[in-house]
Amino acid sequence: MMNAQGRPTVGEPVTATAATYSGHRGLDHEEPLIFEIGRTDVTGVDLPDVDLHGDRLGGLLREEPIGLCGLSEPETVRHYVRLSQRNASIDANFYPLGSCTMKHNPRLNEKMARLAGFADLHPMQPQKTVRGALQLIAELARWLKELTGMAAVAMTPKAGAHGELCGILAIRAALDARGEKRTRILAPESAHGTNPATAALCGFTVESIRANEDGRVDLAALHAALGPDVAGVMLTNPNTCGLFERDIVAIAEAVHAAGAYFYCDGANFNAIVGRVKPGALGIDAMHINLHKTFSTPHGGGGPGAGPVVFSERLACFAPLPLFVEDANGFHLIEDIESAQAAGAQPLGRMCAFHGQMGMYVRALTYMLSHGADGLRQVAEDAVLSANYLLASLKDVMSAPFEGPCMHEALFDDEFLKNTGVTTLDFAKRLIDEGYHPMTIYFPLVVHGAMLIEPTETESKATLDGFIAVMRKLADEARAGNVEAFKAAPVFSPRRRLDETQAARKPVLRWKPETP
Amino acid sequence: MRYLPLTPDDRSAMLKTIGVGSIDELFRDVPKAVQGAQFDLPPHAGEMEVERILTRMASRNVAAGSSAFFCGAGAYRHYVPASVDHLIQRSEFLTSYTPYQPEIAQGTLQVLFEFQTQVALITGMEVANASMYDGSTATAEAVLMAHRITGRDRAVLSGSLHPHYSETVRTMAGLAGEIVIGPVMPGAAEEFTSLIDDKTSCVVVQNPDVFGMVRDLRPLADAAHAKGALLIVVVTEAVSLGLVQPPGAMGADIVAGEGQSFGNGLNFGGPYVGLFAAREKYLRQMPGRLAGQTVDVEGRRGFVLTLSAREQHIRREKATSNICTNSGLCALAFSIHLSLLGEKGLRQLAKLNHARAIELAERLTRIKGVELVTPAFFNEFTLKLPKPAVAVADALADRGVIAGVSALRLYPNEPALDRHLIVAATETNTAEDIDAYARALEQVLA
Amino acid sequence: MEERFSKSHEWVHLDGDVATVGITKYAADQLGDVVFVELPQAGKTLKEGAEAAVVESVKAASEIYAPLSGEVSESNAALSSDPAKVNVDPEGEAWFFKLKVSDRSALQNLMTRDQYTEYVKGL
Repeated sequence: MMNAQGRPTVGEPVTATAATYSGHRGLDHEEPLIFEIGRTDVTGVDLPDVDLHGDRLGGLLREEPIGLCGLSEPETVRHYVRLSQRNASIDANFYPLGSCTMKHNPRLNEKMARLAGFADLHPMQPQKTVRGALQLIAELARWLKELTGMAAVAMTPKAGAHGELCGILAIRAALDARGEKRTRILAPESAHGTNPATAALCGFTVESIRANEDGRVDLAALHAALGPDVAGVMLTNPNTCGLFERDIVAIAEAVHAAGAYFYCDGANFNAIVGRVKPGALGIDAMHINLHKTFSTPHGGGGPGAGPVVFSERLACFAPLPLFVEDANGFHLIEDIESAQAAGAQPLGRMCAFHGQMGMYVRALTYMLSHGADGLRQVAEDAVLSANYLLASLKDVMSAPFEGPCMHEALFDDEFLKNTGVTTLDFAKRLIDEGYHPMTIYFPLVVHGAMLIEPTETESKATLDGFIAVMRKLADEARAGNVEAFKAAPVFSPRRRLDETQAARKPVLRWKPETP
Repeated sequence: MRYLPLTPDDRSAMLKTIGVGSIDELFRDVPKAVQGAQFDLPPHAGEMEVERILTRMASRNVAAGSSAFFCGAGAYRHYVPASVDHLIQRSEFLTSYTPYQPEIAQGTLQVLFEFQTQVALITGMEVANASMYDGSTATAEAVLMAHRITGRDRAVLSGSLHPHYSETVRTMAGLAGEIVIGPVMPGAAEEFTSLIDDKTSCVVVQNPDVFGMVRDLRPLADAAHAKGALLIVVVTEAVSLGLVQPPGAMGADIVAGEGQSFGNGLNFGGPYVGLFAAREKYLRQMPGRLAGQTVDVEGRRGFVLTLSAREQHIRREKATSNICTNSGLCALAFSIHLSLLGEKGLRQLAKLNHARAIELAERLTRIKGVELVTPAFFNEFTLKLPKPAVAVADALADRGVIAGVSALRLYPNEPALDRHLIVAATETNTAEDIDAYARALEQVLA
Repeated sequence: MEERFSKSHEWVHLDGDVATVGITKYAADQLGDVVFVELPQAGKTLKEGAEAAVVESVKAASEIYAPLSGEVSESNAALSSDPAKVNVDPEGEAWFFKLKVSDRSALQNLMTRDQYTEYVKGL
């Protein structure tokens, strides 16, 4: 059955995608792998042919063919443009992925990052030739410390998880300096997977603290779990259910009284930036995801940047390199001895060179653009938008916790009970409706979780459109139209993919004989 | 505020729907004592003003291209074709996320599958992942992987492994076991096989090494395997794989590399892109994301993230790593650049690099007192100067020649290296650059 | 032959002093499509409650715990090469490993089939 717009109405068994001779459908192209269209003797660059009259390779000349395919420039551009057209993106779609903060990525950031004076700098060129770069890093560090109210910042971690590792290593270094051996880290059951993974990497065992009915850390459970062998607590605030931990000051006090440290996962900083200084809450370390709160682009999965702010208690353990101010401006301290001579006890080095300069330029550009007043407005609009969604949907969907929420709204699959429609099915229908689905099945503490984070860069019209669609889908699910949900998505370049086959018979690269 | 679409009217309407009088009521869970925070930060600014501030900072730096430039030591100045930067700025690549909903992320997933294939091909290995943060963290992850595979916890690192990489391994893997570093002997035959025992999980060696030296790793591979240890080969200059025999052909079990040379500019050290490849039998112990081929319900080929059960979001404290992000956009840039080059272009590029380096080495060693320490090299070599290298490099910088990286900067505790200078030459160096370097060096040493 | 079940959804068939161990249909259904199993080596000594094996599905990975103490005598090679068996016949063909039991008495800590059925109902 077709509606007036010529689209199949729900209730109809979904037919196979309409066939064309070429296999393409309008602007959506079936694009083969480069290995299927390129050739090893074709190249899209013009490089001179050099005759090496004898080489200096010590007899290690690579003579066997590599198998790498090339394309001319026009073909290369077409290949990647076509591939790009098969991706959802913030620029094109509302992308309310909870805990990811999919806000608009400003293009001024891109322009600034490409200034030759930033982009064409080698990390090891003489320090006197990079004073401006060091100044930028110091300025960004100043903003991060001021926004969080913390004493020091380790700039170099390359992503949030890397920052977590840095923070937990600092805690370990602090305990070693005190001559104490503590083996346990406490984290709420709702913690992001990187938290226990990080703790385990640092040689700690992880213990879960349960939540109370309000979705927050159960203070009594925390007190009971604290002891002389607890090294630290890893909390996210606002937490992964989108709720502010009301007892956070009491939590910090209890943790410190037990001689332990308080690590805060800063993934949800967007809810409080410019309004609250996490340092005032009593935390000892917090990583900041520049690619979340500070708009550096997600790029299909990376790169990120995860600088870590430290309290006075942990400041001296920050890893190399250190950025120090002197009469000439700023310089780098790159070796342990010089750092120790300057009074520091670096925990080591998180990575080669000096961190994610490209992301620093973007983040500082963003911060300068917003200013203190703009950042405060960011947090307020983010929280306002999430609450607007929560208030507008909680009568047709099921929210496990009473509002208000912070920057993200959590729903569970209670409202889908007995419909046969799962959270996954619901999400796949959203794809057909033109939205990137919200985060699903996280946090694990709620059944069939749907975590919706609109961010502050969406118009009210977009939010209203989304609300209307969600309401219709919820009604439709309860009306019993399971097939339409199970069949979704139907309008995307691919429909549901067989993940079981991908895991049972992994094919992770092209090979000449692969069909 | 140009990035905030909500108007005051919108906000009022939304507050009304929510049923509160002000935004402050939505922050009621925040302790009163910490509300009203004051920040010593400026207010918002327009584009023009922000650009002015950033441009001023940028102008205080000497861009590599504005001088005769010869620094390497783990980051290399190569020409990136104009299409690459243009393509990675397409909205759907720049502003998309991790492909968790594969139906609407086939662009990203197919790129990752192609990237994984390219990395496996150039390293001569069987399987590669969808990238790590950079070469140094990839190396640390490789050591941890070797520990998991062998059940041992002692890692032996070459003294000629980039010191930043060794330090990163110490920091990230030092809690998991013993880290032993071999002697630092630039240009000499690598001799640390005596350090390999039956508690050793892996031997980590860089090729070309931090001094630029190229070696046959087969004897080392044999020595490691004889003791049941794995060989991890680190490659910091990916272009070398166009001309030098790959780690896979020399017995490597795991390859950890830096992909910055393709598609990604110097960027003062980041963001870069870690390459990670291994033998297929070790697949399930590999960290990081993996894109795999499959079909959809209509039987059409498609790609998904796979073998996720190894990763933090499922395995949590038992995960192979805590890694969440990869280096997506940098991996894309790498992949586009390699697609443009193809095998033919890659070989031409590599030959050009090697030829430039030979030319430079020959010119410089004609100067009295300048010795070549690394007889076999790709595009980077080490010189021993008659005067301390730091001072020489400084004087050369004043003459518009950024001459290389002094070994002492990387090895502050090896005073015997105080006259060693690590020099790189790439296709971006012209005959004029080489000439300028030689003449300036002559002057400075006179 | 005695049949018992653990709270962590392992089943045990004890014949003399040889125990065959696998996971229940409930567990297999919860996991979804199984893609990989990691089985213990023959000769490995396991204490009751120790981690013995791992079963991976697309969306989850679970530890399998030894319901009794003993020494592993055999692992199911057929299962290794075809993990999908877990979803087809979890309580028969898809056994994980066999143990030479060192302490039978722990059997009384495990549930009978009826008790396990009740236990699962309450989850």
